[in-house]
Amino acid sequence: MSEHSEHIVSPKIYITIFLALILGTSVTTWAAFQNFGQFNIVIALAIATAKATLVVLFFMHARYAERRTRLVIACALFWLAIMLVLTLSDYQTRRPRLSRLVSPAVYYRG
Amino acid sequence: MHRSGELYGQFQTLDQQKESATLGMWIFLVTEVLFFGGMFLTYTINRHYFFTAFGIGSNTLDITLGTTNTIVLIMSSFTMAMAVWSAQTGKRKLVPLFLILTLALGCVFLGIKFVEYKQKFDHHLIPGYAFDMTYRSTHPAPGDDPKEIALEKKEVEEAFASDPDTNAHAQLYFSLYFAMTGLHALHMIVGAGLLVWLIKASLGGRFTPQYHTPVENVGLYWHFVDIVWIYLFPLLYLIDRHR
Repeated sequence: MSEHSEHIVSPKIYITIFLALILGTSVTTWAAFQNFGQFNIVIALAIATAKATLVVLFFMHARYAERRTRLVIACALFWLAIMLVLTLSDYQTRRPRLSRLVSPAVYYRG
Repeated sequence: MHRSGELYGQFQTLDQQKESATLGMWIFLVTEVLFFGGMFLTYTINRHYFFTAFGIGSNTLDITLGTTNTIVLIMSSFTMAMAVWSAQTGKRKLVPLFLILTLALGCVFLGIKFVEYKQKFDHHLIPGYAFDMTYRSTHPAPGDDPKEIALEKKEVEEAFASDPDTNAHAQLYFSLYFAMTGLHALHMIVGAGLLVWLIKASLGGRFTPQYHTPVENVGLYWHFVDIVWIYLFPLLYLIDRHR
């Protein structure tokens, strides 16, 4: 690595990303009030993921980071995926047992 | 703060030293991803089973305050990014200015969060003995919009018709709401403490183009907390809004 290899992101890019994030917030709020049926949650999560990606790539400089740092980010996502996918598939395949999940009446009035 | 960016014996170059610090910060953030990931997982499973209760719980949240808070947090991320840029390009006077702006926006976020929590206390929506999903629609305050109250009443009645245990299941929603936003707010408070430390150091002109690792790493942390909110906002505030 040569001296002063740090990449400096210009304020112009930061402003563009900032505006994109504001736009994403507006779109997600608007979309929540439309009836897309099952796709409401898909749209909401897709927009959130797009916003998070912009933050990671530009605000957190991942786009300009060295490969080792990018590997760490990829590992984070991979481990998160293991946790989510395996646990959810476990819950999905044990549905009959879960139907016994009734609420304890003592915790609320009436 | 004692460090001023001199090269330590275990590193060959300043670049290597800086990259190691940043890599360490990223590894910490990986553990944070998994920490919050567990909460999102719990949320997903419970929402899947008790979607009606989660829907009416979500609809009691104030969408205006939630959207405002999202924008405030994005603005604070932007000012944090600008603080890093100022340090990188040697604009010493701008560094504390942008850090103070970030801290101020962070405090606005926490203030709005406090107002939202207070509303939940007033509406008997804190999990526990006094929890009552029907409380607000049957005890409207003088300032409440009668139309909105009537809509909430109808929604709550429908929910109870399809799920008699709505009060218990809505408590799951609010438990997760308070756990997730509370944990996020705790991270904001830690971030605010780190910002105070950075502001103090930057006023003394500590951060230069050669040495600004603390600004950079606190920036990474602050952006991470922003990302958590980017997911919390649609998941907690925007369920079933179209009804």
